[in-house]
Amino acid sequence: MTTSVRELLAAHEFLRGLGDEVLETVVGCAHNVAFEPGELLCVEGASADTFYLLRRGRVSLEVHAPGRGPVVIETVEPGSVVGWSWLVPPYRWTIDARAIDRVGAVAIDGACLREKAERDPAFGYALLTRVSTHLLARLQATRVRALDLYGAGHGH
Amino acid sequence: MVTSEHSVASKDVPSPGAGPLTPLTHRVVRRVQETSDVATLFLEPLVGDRLVFRPGQFNMLSAFGVGEVAISVSSAPGEGGPLRHTVRDVGAVSHALVRCEVGDVIGVRGPFGTDWQVTSDVEGGTSDTRDVVVVAGGIGLAPLRGALYEFVAAARGGGRVFILVGGRNPDQIIFHDDLAAWERDGATVMLSVDQSTPQWRGRVGLVTTMLGDAGFDPRNSRALLCGPEIMMRFTARALVDMGVDPAAILVSLERNMQCGIGWCGHCQLGPLIICRDGPVVPYGGVVERLLAERER
Repeated sequence: MTTSVRELLAAHEFLRGLGDEVLETVVGCAHNVAFEPGELLCVEGASADTFYLLRRGRVSLEVHAPGRGPVVIETVEPGSVVGWSWLVPPYRWTIDARAIDRVGAVAIDGACLREKAERDPAFGYALLTRVSTHLLARLQATRVRALDLYGAGHGH
Repeated sequence: MVTSEHSVASKDVPSPGAGPLTPLTHRVVRRVQETSDVATLFLEPLVGDRLVFRPGQFNMLSAFGVGEVAISVSSAPGEGGPLRHTVRDVGAVSHALVRCEVGDVIGVRGPFGTDWQVTSDVEGGTSDTRDVVVVAGGIGLAPLRGALYEFVAAARGGGRVFILVGGRNPDQIIFHDDLAAWERDGATVMLSVDQSTPQWRGRVGLVTTMLGDAGFDPRNSRALLCGPEIMMRFTARALVDMGVDPAAILVSLERNMQCGIGWCGHCQLGPLIICRDGPVVPYGGVVERLLAERER
């Protein structure tokens, strides 16, 4: 039996606990997608019109560095989200996102969601609160990593 | 490292039981280069029996003519064989120790301090009903190795062990063979690095980002943390936020241990003398406050 997009969204960590009304609003902007290993979900500089709720597989977030090729900044696991650039102008990806494994995700149309959020402030607030929670966790992890915890000086 | 001019002749060897301040001479019988700046030394006493220790305790290792440094034991009581210490080259003494070769002689005082409380848990049968979550950062896996050896062995009769390891990059993750063996024996092993390499297919990110994906039951878990203090602070907070009892979280603290027996006070941290009251201490209560306190 095929699992519906609604069921996939209801099971995803990003939307957990937000209630049926929010879920129904998001379902109208969502569809199921898959990527093969090596395929790009987002390309730096391209228009950011979609974001992805990862269901399976690992995605690397990369920056292309001259002389070094793609440098993996972070990996994203099932239950998390790929892409925030759909939320704020100029709606352009700031990083590459590449499937490391076979990836299953729910793709969400960012423009569709923005329009619904503008029309329904309660939905918009719930959505932005959830986005902020994820962003804060990622920002905090990035801050701690910037300390180079395992560098010189740690002995045991 | 003990060069020939520093070598101890057998007539000079202190006898076992000479007191906690007297190093017992041990010979390096095997040496494994774990990473570019980390080596494991396998030690046998020149005289007497092998030291009896509990996982998490430390010894004071002497590089004669250079100095002495506190290093956790990285072997497990149950595996037998030589005493193991895994040393990272971060200063003059550890540099001398890392450069030791097979046949060199070093001093060992100890074991000192508290342990991961493996024995009571395993013998008490509680390991069957509680998940064990071990979070190690960098060389912090070394002081946990003995406990992991015991926990994974005990979990064969039931219970779950989750091993989460963070490192600066893939080349700095130690004990690959042990991690593979523990995974074969049923433990969940997860690795994450801060800096990737082109060959690395695993996770890239902070070690705490693995907690939510590991699959342990927070309300029925005990956690053992060892690594840089900031890592332990954030990991402990994340575990508490998930529902783990702060009293069920143990952390291993590192301070300037010198005497090893609580006399000199160099390793004082608030009300704790780490060489005596630690290195392994419960996170809940005084340690939670101390880890968040700003140093003046």
